[in-house]
Amino acid sequence: MSKMHLKLKVNNRDVETLTEPRTLLIHVLREQLGLTGPHIGCDTSHCGACTVDMNGRSVKSCTVLAAQADGATLLTIEGMASPDGTLHALQESFRTHHGLQCGFCTPGMITRAYRLLQENPNPTEAEIRFGISGNLCRCTGYQNIVKAIRAAADTLASVKEAAE
Amino acid sequence: MTVDTETAQARTQKLEGLGTKRKRVEDARFTQGKGNYVDDIKLPGMLFGDFVRSPYGHARIKSINKDAALKVPGVKAVLTAADLKPLKLHYMPTLAGDVQAVLADEKVLFQGQEVAFVVAEDRYSAADAVDLVEVEYQELPALVDPTKAMAPGAPELRDDLKGKTSGAHGPRKHHNHIFTWETGDAAATDKALKSAQVVAKEYIVYQRVHPCPLETCGCVASMDKINGHLTVWGTFQAPHAVRTVASLISGIPEHKIRIISPDIGGGFGNKVGVYPGYICSIVASIVTGVPVKWIEDRMENLQATAFARDYHMTGEIAATKDGRITGLRCHVLADHGAFDACADPTKYPAGFFNICTGSYDIPAAHVTVDGVYTNKAPGGVAYRCSFRVTEASYFIERMVDVLARKLNMDPAELRRKNFIRKEQFPYTSALGWEYDSGDYHTALDKALKAVDYPGLRSEQKRNREAFARGETRKLMGIGVSFFTEIVGAGPIKNCDILGLGMFDSCEIRVHPTGSAIARLGTISQGQGHATTFAQILATEIGIPASNITVEEGDTDTAPYGLGTYGSRSTPVAGAATAMAGRKIRAKAQMIAAYLLEVHDDDLEWDIDRFRVKGAPERFKTMAEIAFSAYNKVPPGMEPGLEAVSYYDPPNMTYPFGAYVCVVDVDVDTGITEVRRFYALDDCGTRINPMIIEGQVHGGLTEALAIAMGQEMAYDELGNLKNASLLDFFLPTAVETPAWETDYTTTPSPHHPIGAKGVGESPNVGGVSAFSNAVNDAFAHAGLTHTQMPHDHWRVWKTAERLKLTAAA
Ligand code: FES
Ligand code: FES
Repeated sequence: MSKMHLKLKVNNRDVETLTEPRTLLIHVLREQLGLTGPHIGCDTSHCGACTVDMNGRSVKSCTVLAAQADGATLLTIEGMASPDGTLHALQESFRTHHGLQCGFCTPGMITRAYRLLQENPNPTEAEIRFGISGNLCRCTGYQNIVKAIRAAADTLASVKEAAE
Repeated sequence: MTVDTETAQARTQKLEGLGTKRKRVEDARFTQGKGNYVDDIKLPGMLFGDFVRSPYGHARIKSINKDAALKVPGVKAVLTAADLKPLKLHYMPTLAGDVQAVLADEKVLFQGQEVAFVVAEDRYSAADAVDLVEVEYQELPALVDPTKAMAPGAPELRDDLKGKTSGAHGPRKHHNHIFTWETGDAAATDKALKSAQVVAKEYIVYQRVHPCPLETCGCVASMDKINGHLTVWGTFQAPHAVRTVASLISGIPEHKIRIISPDIGGGFGNKVGVYPGYICSIVASIVTGVPVKWIEDRMENLQATAFARDYHMTGEIAATKDGRITGLRCHVLADHGAFDACADPTKYPAGFFNICTGSYDIPAAHVTVDGVYTNKAPGGVAYRCSFRVTEASYFIERMVDVLARKLNMDPAELRRKNFIRKEQFPYTSALGWEYDSGDYHTALDKALKAVDYPGLRSEQKRNREAFARGETRKLMGIGVSFFTEIVGAGPIKNCDILGLGMFDSCEIRVHPTGSAIARLGTISQGQGHATTFAQILATEIGIPASNITVEEGDTDTAPYGLGTYGSRSTPVAGAATAMAGRKIRAKAQMIAAYLLEVHDDDLEWDIDRFRVKGAPERFKTMAEIAFSAYNKVPPGMEPGLEAVSYYDPPNMTYPFGAYVCVVDVDVDTGITEVRRFYALDDCGTRINPMIIEGQVHGGLTEALAIAMGQEMAYDELGNLKNASLLDFFLPTAVETPAWETDYTTTPSPHHPIGAKGVGESPNVGGVSAFSNAVNDAFAHAGLTHTQMPHDHWRVWKTAERLKLTAAA
């Protein structure tokens, strides 16, 4: 199959690659760009393990064709920490609140939570639960994930307040 | 000499040993997307394998044409049974003493069965070629019901077993029969039932479900033809056992095989078995000379690897009028699918199902289990439970509720009345297990108090009255369950798999500067072993947990062990860790005595150092001793500070717990809301309360899935109707309630640190609590038992049958 020239901005870096247009975005990320943080749990858009941020929205990258992503700006778990290596508040709070076990859902979960907090910086527990309902976790029972996201919201709010 | 400046408390804190809520060391990589799961592995020249699978439940293969597939650019090979036959690899042994087709030989026996293996340069061309392999089938009648499979005229499923009247577990009484397993005292039980004042009988089905970890199964096999070494990375819950099996199957000597379990994205029993994908990848790597990766997709995972349960249980329970249980009988029809691929210890084809007398002092019991072949996927794995313990616990916890109904007694009271009493431990059950320790009354009383059980019951009474008056359409249900698990398999005298005793192991090396590495025969799949085993060791040898690396999963470096499943890591490998630590400490004591110029016996251990008794200002810290081990040891002693322990547990451990669930059932929609779920667990000594709590949350959520919505439903033709996450129920954060956790602590008397294991308890106890609650909601309307899963449709049907719905 003939290949297309794909241009993306991933984690603040411009990247180019040749790929079949039918290739799924998750495979471009994982296999061509070496970004193995996002995972594949179902490849039918149910589990959310492959969640990345595309043009400011959460997408399940197993259900996006490479051709559809051409020119997009993407953020994956690998781009979540600051350039100086400081972890994002969500990455910290998932650890402190034991919001992960096997870690397989974690990159998608954190990336989704990141967008959720952009959309709603001060969510209630119910809003968090609804907001992450596209991401399945088989290990944690969600309780500590919800706690971690809520705590990260507080941290981000206090950081913002301090900055103002 | 070091000056003793820190307080004992500060030194203890620094260790982050037993009982601390130590944060997990694994999390840094997982939260940054730096985990290393099998599908992340990329080797030069690596090819991809993909399966052609049977669309039918039962069919004869008339022909396979690979021509078109082989023409797809990038395709290197298409393997079928005909290619494997000359190597005698078209069948492989299962862990249960049966054989399983690696690639279907003449017949397919379940939907999704592996028929051909395509090897190509990338996964897209492999998938293209899979579509182009032409297989001509002749459909045969499918058997999906174990009762029908045992009917006299039922089609014979296993051609390869034709005429065999006995199998690995004794005689076969029918061509689709696998084994009969029997235990207990038939005559005494019969007598108890016949002479009983009250007998309750029930048919209880624990439906077919699937562990469904978020990461599916897969591997990368790499045969180095130059030095004859085979390396396989894969989702293996038991890497050493896989190495032994791989050696036995392939004929490659075991020292030339290296099995590596990288990070594993959840296992829950799904990743214990050996699957055709592993064998085909190995063969393909041998044939092509380059590494071959195989990763199953979710549909393949649900269709073909490792279902759990499918137990059809008929129970009879005898009691006196005032509620004293006098006997229990159970017969199980166990649907094992097309091949018997359970992963049970050899002597236990029905696992530890005979823990089904539960937490009760039942004088007589008898169990028979018949294993049956059907046209369904093989498996029967211990899904987040010790072998068949979930089935056993569900059975007894439903039976006790059914009996309570019949006696018109409160189910909690009936349980209290029949509990094994604290002073009866160690207690030998009628079915032969020796329960190590327990304090059931205390646990249940604490649970009932925490939820205000009498208050709940009176609220329920008011709810029923209001319902009768037409003021509400919701019914309140209260489910109480009390479980006893049997985990930590197990003593070599009665537990082996393929002849390998179920011990486990730990090897420790203390480095000169006082840090250490510990390697174990187990493998974490999210349980946080790197965190918790370091805690056990920190307390044993006085080195801070943060200075101890824990490594698992590489058979070239880790000592032999039987892996992680059946909650065996803490009871067995955790014990090995403590024992190896004690060997280190014993040697350290001799070195310290030499350095301090006193006798060994004049020293006492104090958190992280040895002190001279009566002269506490004279001491040697573990760090000092470690350094000394490499330059100054007593004459005659070997230098170094290393130890290894292979721990053969003297007994299983028996964690227990009391769970209470409160639901509100809307009779017009069947929607069942979990209002409250309280879980009290007693797992003996608690290593890391944070991790325990996380395990309980996770296990309860899996229990919720099973009780309230999961079922691998097959139609008459053998089609699996829910082979995707669209149709197979996995709860999201929305359906999952908030969990309340609690505990009591009854240490195991025979475990070096008293720990019992916890990972699976919530799944074992949770399912019956949910189910009891749903059944309880309808008790006043005459319901004694309704089958799981309690999804909206079934609950609504129950309400309708009881004439409670609006339409009725
Ligand atoms: S892999 Fe994309 S949603 Fe599951
Ligand atoms: S931590 Fe394992 S799936 Fe979420």
